[in-house]
Amino acid sequence: MSDVEARLARIRGTAPVREHTARTIAALTTNPGCDRRAVLDAAGIDKQKLAGYVEFPVPSGQSPFAISRGNAFEAQVKADGCAGLLRLLGERLGLPVPEVSYADLAPAGTGASLDARHARTRELLAEAAAAGPDGGVLLDHPLLRLDVGGRAAYLEPDLIAVRLRGRFHVVEIKSFAVIDGQADGRKVAAAATQAAVYVLALRGLLAELGYGPETVADEVVLICPENFANQPTAALVDVRRQLTVLTRQLSRLARIGDLIATLPADLTFDLGAAGAQPEPGCGGGEHPPRFSDDSAVPGRPVVEVVGALHATRARYAPECLDACELAYFCRDEARGQTAALGRSVHDELGGVPDVAGVLDLAAGTRVPDPDQAEAAELLRLAARLRAESLASAL
Amino acid sequence: MSTLTSLARAEAVRAGRAQPIATVRHVHVHDRPLVLVPLTLAGEANAPLAAMVGDDPDKPRLLVVAQPRNRDQRFAFATALAGVIVSYADGFTARVEAVAGDRARDIRVRFADAPQIVVPNPGGVDFARLFGRSTRFRRSYGDYAVDPAVPMLGRWLTFFAERAEYPGSCLLLAATEALALHWATGQSLVEDQNLAALLGWIDPPVGLTGAQAAVLAEDAGTWPPAGPTTDPTFDSTVLAPLIQAGDVPGLEKALTAQLEPTWGLVWRAVDRLRALPAGPRVAGRWDADKEAYTAHVQHLRDGGPPQPRRDSATAAAQRLNRLERAQASYAAQRAFDDPLVLAEYRLAGEAFVGTVTAAEPERVEGAGRSRKLRPHIVVSTADPVRLAPGTALVAPTRSGQKATLIAITGDGVLLELSGGMGRAATPAPGTVPEVGERICYSSLTDGYQPVADFPRREDTPWTHGGPPAGYDPAPVGDAADAAATDTVAADAAEEWS
Amino acid sequence: MSTDVLPAVLADLRSGLHRGVVVDSPPGAGKSTLVVRAAAELAAGGDPLIVVAQTNEQVDDLVVRLADAVPDATIGRLAAQDYQAPARIRDRPAVRVGRKLAELPGCGIVIGTAAKWATVGDRVWPWAIVDEAYQMRSDMLLRIANLFDRALFVGDPGQLDPFSTVDIDRWTGLTWDPMQSAVAVLLSHHPTMPVHRLPVSWRLPPTAAPVVARAFYPFAGFEAGTVAGQRHLEFTARASGTASAGPLDATVDLAADRGWALYELPARHAVRTDGQAAAACAELALRVLERGTVAYSERDPAGVPVTADRIAIGAAHRDQVAAIRSVLGTAGDGITVDTANRLQGREYDVTVVLHPLSGRRDASAFHLESGRLCVLASRHRHACLVVARAGIPELLDAHPSTEPVHLNVPVKFPDGWEAHQATMSHLERLRIRAVS
Repeated sequence: MSDVEARLARIRGTAPVREHTARTIAALTTNPGCDRRAVLDAAGIDKQKLAGYVEFPVPSGQSPFAISRGNAFEAQVKADGCAGLLRLLGERLGLPVPEVSYADLAPAGTGASLDARHARTRELLAEAAAAGPDGGVLLDHPLLRLDVGGRAAYLEPDLIAVRLRGRFHVVEIKSFAVIDGQADGRKVAAAATQAAVYVLALRGLLAELGYGPETVADEVVLICPENFANQPTAALVDVRRQLTVLTRQLSRLARIGDLIATLPADLTFDLGAAGAQPEPGCGGGEHPPRFSDDSAVPGRPVVEVVGALHATRARYAPECLDACELAYFCRDEARGQTAALGRSVHDELGGVPDVAGVLDLAAGTRVPDPDQAEAAELLRLAARLRAESLASAL
Repeated sequence: MSTLTSLARAEAVRAGRAQPIATVRHVHVHDRPLVLVPLTLAGEANAPLAAMVGDDPDKPRLLVVAQPRNRDQRFAFATALAGVIVSYADGFTARVEAVAGDRARDIRVRFADAPQIVVPNPGGVDFARLFGRSTRFRRSYGDYAVDPAVPMLGRWLTFFAERAEYPGSCLLLAATEALALHWATGQSLVEDQNLAALLGWIDPPVGLTGAQAAVLAEDAGTWPPAGPTTDPTFDSTVLAPLIQAGDVPGLEKALTAQLEPTWGLVWRAVDRLRALPAGPRVAGRWDADKEAYTAHVQHLRDGGPPQPRRDSATAAAQRLNRLERAQASYAAQRAFDDPLVLAEYRLAGEAFVGTVTAAEPERVEGAGRSRKLRPHIVVSTADPVRLAPGTALVAPTRSGQKATLIAITGDGVLLELSGGMGRAATPAPGTVPEVGERICYSSLTDGYQPVADFPRREDTPWTHGGPPAGYDPAPVGDAADAAATDTVAADAAEEWS
Repeated sequence: MSTDVLPAVLADLRSGLHRGVVVDSPPGAGKSTLVVRAAAELAAGGDPLIVVAQTNEQVDDLVVRLADAVPDATIGRLAAQDYQAPARIRDRPAVRVGRKLAELPGCGIVIGTAAKWATVGDRVWPWAIVDEAYQMRSDMLLRIANLFDRALFVGDPGQLDPFSTVDIDRWTGLTWDPMQSAVAVLLSHHPTMPVHRLPVSWRLPPTAAPVVARAFYPFAGFEAGTVAGQRHLEFTARASGTASAGPLDATVDLAADRGWALYELPARHAVRTDGQAAAACAELALRVLERGTVAYSERDPAGVPVTADRIAIGAAHRDQVAAIRSVLGTAGDGITVDTANRLQGREYDVTVVLHPLSGRRDASAFHLESGRLCVLASRHRHACLVVARAGIPELLDAHPSTEPVHLNVPVKFPDGWEAHQATMSHLERLRIRAVS
């Protein structure tokens, strides 16, 4: 175990490692400036549990209707060995789909282990890659691996289509609707980033087998229901931009040691007995975890855990509320900061970080540092215009 | 956002309640608006679950779909919703008013009022757009026939949703957006999307600060989400068992409890807005809404086709042109109506307010026939003027007169005036600002903007794909029907759970 | 490789196989020359021709160049009611100015802005040349495209995209989205339309071309038309001896030597009109003047003084421009100070750039737009001096990637974030720190 790994293990404490999923890896790109998140993710800490422990629980997870709809749609697309899907690839995307065989790596009820599934995935991909451009294979429930900050994360793409136009394509099935050719841009972006994680992992695996990155297409196939009925439609999504961003953030994660070196030596997020409870449903689950009630288990004093959190520097922005389990804690901590009022507010207020400072400078009741002289001038002018305008309207 | 709004947010943090960012009301508030609070089933493409709707705060009408994945029930909901919305929307055609056209003889007639729907948030506008899309092509005959009211509802909802894109239109308002136009809270725009939290800042309950009220408002148990998405915990613990059991009275009770708080909030938002004094130019924009309403009613009466699924190349370009012109005029009108909005432009250096310190009202240029009155004035101001020499400016109080910025000197801003001074050799009294007068100039104009020419649909050029395929000069039949056939056929597979 | 693409362009245009041909031109690659030569060739064939540009200034520039290139042709300048012909147009007997087509009889070539052409109807020309086509919006092309049978579209894909004052996604994904650029819409309807590229920048020196090409034209690329040593700057006055002027002079020296220099102010979150940054921009430009800088190049082998009119200062915002102008004062009379928008298509010997991300904590899409940085970083023939506060690499690393993705909308490359990363990684190696 390296120094960094040992250090991360101490930071995590006795709790089991929370493994990365495609979703958590994709989340690395949503607020990469946040040291707190970087440390917690690198140490494999269950942020949801931590948030609940410090009494800022995540309000709620995913609706059972959304989950069952997602599962039913995926089952429908994959029915009959993906016959409908293959037709769609041919008709909608003009992808020639010759003689495609279908292989399910985890048929329901077999309960194959992660390692076995990964080995089998690798074996089938090696065969398909060696078979040349004519042999098509659709791999269902494949299992890939990606190195994330020194730890292996297991990833489960919906499907991998082999050798469409001579390349491997990642297929992502989502249950949000495409209506008259348009879909929610944020949902497509999330799907694209997640699929880009699979592309990276697939490229990594093929590189081990001696194939170059061009073997895997940087366009992924997105399958969604069309309009208001339940028929699937397909679209190609270019994920080159997501690949660049992910690659950069993964390489920063690899340098987590620099960040950890700046933290107190005895820092740990160990929750004591409460943290050692195994989390149900670990691994592979792509749905956001649900709030689990883990009260009543005696553990480390909350104030100590809060202290540990304060020892790491967060970069809270309101957008975190939709993207990070700890956001409500960080929001509370950031009260009184201008950045908590919106990502652009800090810059608009001349770079003054705190609300009190802004108001005092605007009122002229605080003497600005030389660094803040211009900000003070801007704020005084803004305050004068506001006061004058409000008065003139009376 | 801007520095001024951000400062107002900071002030709201300290004050513990929202701060005004407008001194007048910029939206029209109807005497009798229709409030619509829709809910959809999670995971589905805009499948309605329930709605609370009505024009009387004391008499909400509850509509519920007991099995949201059942096609017949979905259309029964649409029929019932049509009963409320279409009859409300149709109900402003009794009185007309005459309007003068460009020339004195051109007298047009339009309806004297128009409907106004208020939904809780932009999600409600999306609901209207998507539900309009899923119903307007339905047919009341043949296979999968629906009640004739259903496609009519679709065409009205689409009309409202399209007007909501139009800057300054008030036919369909989202309460959160209308409120955010007038108040800055001590939280972020992201959090302002929650209507209960936003009103918690604007109108905190006695004994609470805005921040405390907003935190309470985030508890989905007390303040259910304002829709159209429901609270996932409610879905799993209440809704799923009731749908499973087919317990209709139970569902109605549970959904009433989810909808009623938001229903009350939307009406509170309407009341808060109504209490503000209307800006002078709000009525003019409502006139434009009445014109649009009149045109839509006329289109329906003439048997016109439903709105297409997507705009053609020519329709898209024309619509963009209309939207951009409306945007420019809306921005200028708001600034002219409201000193706080104007202050944004003053802070940016694009407008200034000051006092006339020197005037040369009889200054002329040229001689003989080309002799022109070109008075000079100097306006002294403390505002940071960042306008380039040569920029044409207008004072909102003297809209017929152009002022060209000549120079910015230590004494103030030197302006050269033209127009609006009468025909005599010297300016008519009062037409040139006098020394000591306080005046505002900016580069904003709300003047006439010519409508651009676009090719007709059948003349769509090759660069844009040529005339749309299957183009029919009278698209009432084929184009509309083809679309309807498509969706009706796809709809057969709709019920699947 | 032949650097003259005109014969191939004309061959495609005349082949009858395509209704249009696109020519992509990186900064300073001779776009105007190509437009003028193509117009001359087409006019020589005897067919009447129209030329469309985006602004009156661009139109006047083309009129003058065309009048020189085709002295025996009568050129029509179609203009709006309130147009005042500048002296360079009035002086030319072969140029006629008309408010309407009827006032321009017998003109083989008629030139006007797109907005003016949109008011002309009921006539079809066999040929058109559309200049700055990447800066023209698709809805404008829709209004003028029925005026011609075939057309040559010329423009720079790396510069600022056209924009709209309304923000709706009603049309995203449509091939005729009116908010897209004219070329984007054209190519989505005609994917097989030939696209040629001008391969050589005659403006950018060998120090700049690879940097700009890698950051902003990652797939197409281009080369400098000159080689190392063909251009250089010399100073006739000595550097100032004062301590505070030291870093300024060092920056000017480094830029003269390497083509780029980054003048780095201490990290600080500042107001947009950051006074120190504005002053640094002004002082650097003035140092170039005060040092008696002389530019030697293939055009002026004997050297030519870098006078005020050969220097520009560029910034992202208008208020920043105003702030720099006010510090510059009368000593800087004649130096151009403007926003990226207004510097498009212009060329100078030396430029000073206020980095769009300087002093910021967070970047918006506006500040990250690759076209904005591309314009600012590609106006110079000799050297570009960038002023920024420290901390931009950290800002870029911390930037959240949350832009929505739309179906059926081609991803635009380069991405602004990547282009900024690429540019910064080059500039960081050429950094002079200001005295704090």
